[in-house]
Amino acid sequence: MTTNKWITIKGTRDGLTLFMNDNCSWDELLIELDEILSAKHVTVDEPLITVKIKLGNRYITREQEQALLEITRKHNKLVVDQIVSNVILKEEALNWKEETDIKLHNKVVRSGQVLEVNSDVLLIGDVNPGGKIIATGNIFVLGNLRGIAHAGAKGNREAVIAASYMAPSQLRIAEIISRSPDSDKEGVPMECGFIEKDGEQIIMDRISSLVKSRPQLNAFERRIMNG
Amino acid sequence: MGEAIVITSGKGGVGKTTTTANLGTSLALLDKKVCLIDTDIGLRNLDVIMGLENRIIYDIVDVLEKRCKISQALIKDKRFDCLYLLPAAQTSDKSALTPEGMVEIIDELKPDYDYILIDCPAGIEQGYKNAVAGADKAIVVTTPEKSSVRDADRIIGLLEQEDIEPPHLVVNRIRNHMVKSGDMLDVDEIVQVLSIDLLGIVADDDDVIKASNHGEPVAFQPNTKASIAYRNIARRILGESVPLLSLEKKETFIDKVKKAFGIQK
Ligand SMILES: Nc1ncnc2c1ncn2[C@@H]1O[C@H](COP(=O)(O)OP(=O)(O)OP(=O)(O)O)[C@@H](O)[C@H]1O
Ligand SMILES: [Mg+2]
Repeated sequence: MTTNKWITIKGTRDGLTLFMNDNCSWDELLIELDEILSAKHVTVDEPLITVKIKLGNRYITREQEQALLEITRKHNKLVVDQIVSNVILKEEALNWKEETDIKLHNKVVRSGQVLEVNSDVLLIGDVNPGGKIIATGNIFVLGNLRGIAHAGAKGNREAVIAASYMAPSQLRIAEIISRSPDSDKEGVPMECGFIEKDGEQIIMDRISSLVKSRPQLNAFERRIMNG
Repeated sequence: MGEAIVITSGKGGVGKTTTTANLGTSLALLDKKVCLIDTDIGLRNLDVIMGLENRIIYDIVDVLEKRCKISQALIKDKRFDCLYLLPAAQTSDKSALTPEGMVEIIDELKPDYDYILIDCPAGIEQGYKNAVAGADKAIVVTTPEKSSVRDADRIIGLLEQEDIEPPHLVVNRIRNHMVKSGDMLDVDEIVQVLSIDLLGIVADDDDVIKASNHGEPVAFQPNTKASIAYRNIARRILGESVPLLSLEKKETFIDKVKKAFGIQK
């Protein structure tokens, strides 16, 4: 572990971690970074070194991030793997909150209507034939699901769809679509749909099976920390 | 101050005009002062079913374009002194009727009538918007067919965006033997999907067609299945709680449970 004026370097098994002071000026920090990296000569046959940069409580913009990357790249054999800051913008925080939230709606989604939600959704009410419910996260319907439900709409294959009464015309999770059989089959109470690990289709099972197939549904805080 | 009720459905031909004529007649039988408005410009029917076609001189568009006063366009019913019809225009351009125009007319009629029933054209376009514009309440008519229920659902969704009370449902043209054989949706299923209050059920009945062809709504007859059904609906509109006519033996609770679990159809 070497300590400079503003930057502390720590070598780990996976490469280097640079702890940046978060009180000094940004320019000073960049100058010191350039000096440190220039001083460390690496020979041609050494393997690539991955670098993690920890910014502490400093917020940087996209441009500043670019500058950081450029300086590191100038020096051979260094690959920036991660730039971590403890702080985010209010706006990002709100987005984050929104996306990890569960939104409650109490209504009937009728034919021709679309309910679109940027998080998990709990619908207290039915989705009627011709109606559509879309969420970037999970979909829980406390009612009859007779229309279309699309969970994980931005590509999250972990998302699930659960309903008190499952008789959908179509289920979609991420980019995978399954439709109901053409026969006039009755629906099933308390059912859910999800994609199995490495699976390419939506599996239907009793809601109680989610405890096994989606244990992470419980761990709300973990979902926050993983973004 | 009267109450304006629009009768609508989304899908065409499910019985809006028939319902309007019969509810108007039933309310008049109960001594209410009623005005029927036909908003189906170019396809007017209500006057035919009421048997008033030959009395039309002015129509709703004439009123809006100030060619006559509203009192000149209103036609008094043959049978009741308290029942009037404002007919649709048969020839003019559809765009002559506007939501603002409807509101104007309804506001003018309201002080003089207990009920104003508005017969809505099929569809969800301009004609629908006009018909709904001045309404305080809505009745959605559906038949026990999937496509008709689907369109009713669509209309209910649109009505929910309007500034009116939650709509009520009339299920028209139920055929008992088909419901029993499972070839027709039953009323419970329809009400469950649409999740609005049921105002009444009208059986599919040849008398309805016969009566309409004679220009005398079936509700005027004392004792047919359909006329009783319409009169019951009228009483429910007045706020009476009239039990639904049992069209058949009700499903027991156990039957429902069995059905829910797919043991029995
Ligand atoms: N309960 C009934 N039993 C038998 N026939 C009926 C019944 N109700 C309506 N009909 C018949 O169905 C046909 C369509 O009815 P009606 O004209 O009232 O429908 P509508 O919804 O007003 O149609 P449109 O959308 O064209 O205005 C008519 O021939 C009518 O006589
Ligand atoms: Mg009609």
